[in-house]
Amino acid sequence: MDYIDPHIHMVSRITDDYETLARMGCVAISEPAFWAGFDRGSVDGFRDYFRQLTQVEPRRAAQYGIAHFTWLCINAKEAENVTLSREVIAMIPEFLDAPNVLGIGEIGLNKNTKNEATVFLEHLELAVTHRQSVLIHTPHLEDKYQGTRMILDMLCDDSRIDRGRVLVDHVEEHTIGPVLDAGFWAGMTLYPVTKCTPARAADMVEQFGSERLMVNSAGDWGPSKPTAVPDFIFEMRSRGHSESLIRKIVYENPLEFFRQSEHFDWQPRA
Amino acid sequence: MSADTPTLLDRQFLTMRAKLLELAADWDRLERGGELAGNDSRLEQLRDAVRVLLEESRPRAEKVQTIFSRRYDPSWRSAMNI
Repeated sequence: MDYIDPHIHMVSRITDDYETLARMGCVAISEPAFWAGFDRGSVDGFRDYFRQLTQVEPRRAAQYGIAHFTWLCINAKEAENVTLSREVIAMIPEFLDAPNVLGIGEIGLNKNTKNEATVFLEHLELAVTHRQSVLIHTPHLEDKYQGTRMILDMLCDDSRIDRGRVLVDHVEEHTIGPVLDAGFWAGMTLYPVTKCTPARAADMVEQFGSERLMVNSAGDWGPSKPTAVPDFIFEMRSRGHSESLIRKIVYENPLEFFRQSEHFDWQPRA
Repeated sequence: MSADTPTLLDRQFLTMRAKLLELAADWDRLERGGELAGNDSRLEQLRDAVRVLLEESRPRAEKVQTIFSRRYDPSWRSAMNI
């Protein structure tokens, strides 16, 4: 089955992973900007990173027939440095016309601090000003519920935000309901230990339906599995779910969400 | 739609049994390590979570998530002056 991974950090993966993804049916991916495992020291560090996301990775993906899209921001972890964050936010428009940029992301919260919330709001302002879609990171573990509710508060307080153009990622059992109820898209990240398993993701589909719902692998530099979406497909099939339901979640929903971005003109293969 | 309960139990019984044994062994290992200095709230969270598994009402997964979550204060914006 053709599928799209809407959240995978390919800068952290070796080229062999692109080949494996292609063999498993992956036809397109989107890669949000994230934390590199260390705090970068200057706006030029981010400028080089955005060149990697808009120029290098699309070429690497294309060798295996995979379309590569991306989202730009300074992530929540580095957002604790408000001065650097403002420099990065001011620089982002240099890249918004790149052909693979879908919007602003993954913005969000990490430890739910005032600085993180301040930078999140300034990213939202950037997205509204430039009519960009938004991809949102929610915190991990004990911070997830509080942080997700804070993020929803900030989004819902701004009437300019088109909720249909916002994807709130890393939802789990205690956060998926509030996200979907508020009219946003929700992403379930299949990740060992700290996020969600394919079985629990399938449970949530059975309880919440398939509207505005996606699954992704994150596939970053931590312990993660870039082929987690095919694991979800396998889990759904083993439970007897229809091919049309599975395809909606792993292919049609990401496509519907991405199509709202100005630069997304990708054509599915015949 | 997902399978019925007898089918699910046939499919998942050994996996669930294995997970419970892992948890039991984890707890034994913690006890063999001796007493904790002071109270560690994580142990109480774990005990609360196990109690949820024995309840007769859903959604257990959501309840367990809540046990391990920080409290949300709707007035956070005024507290942070944002």
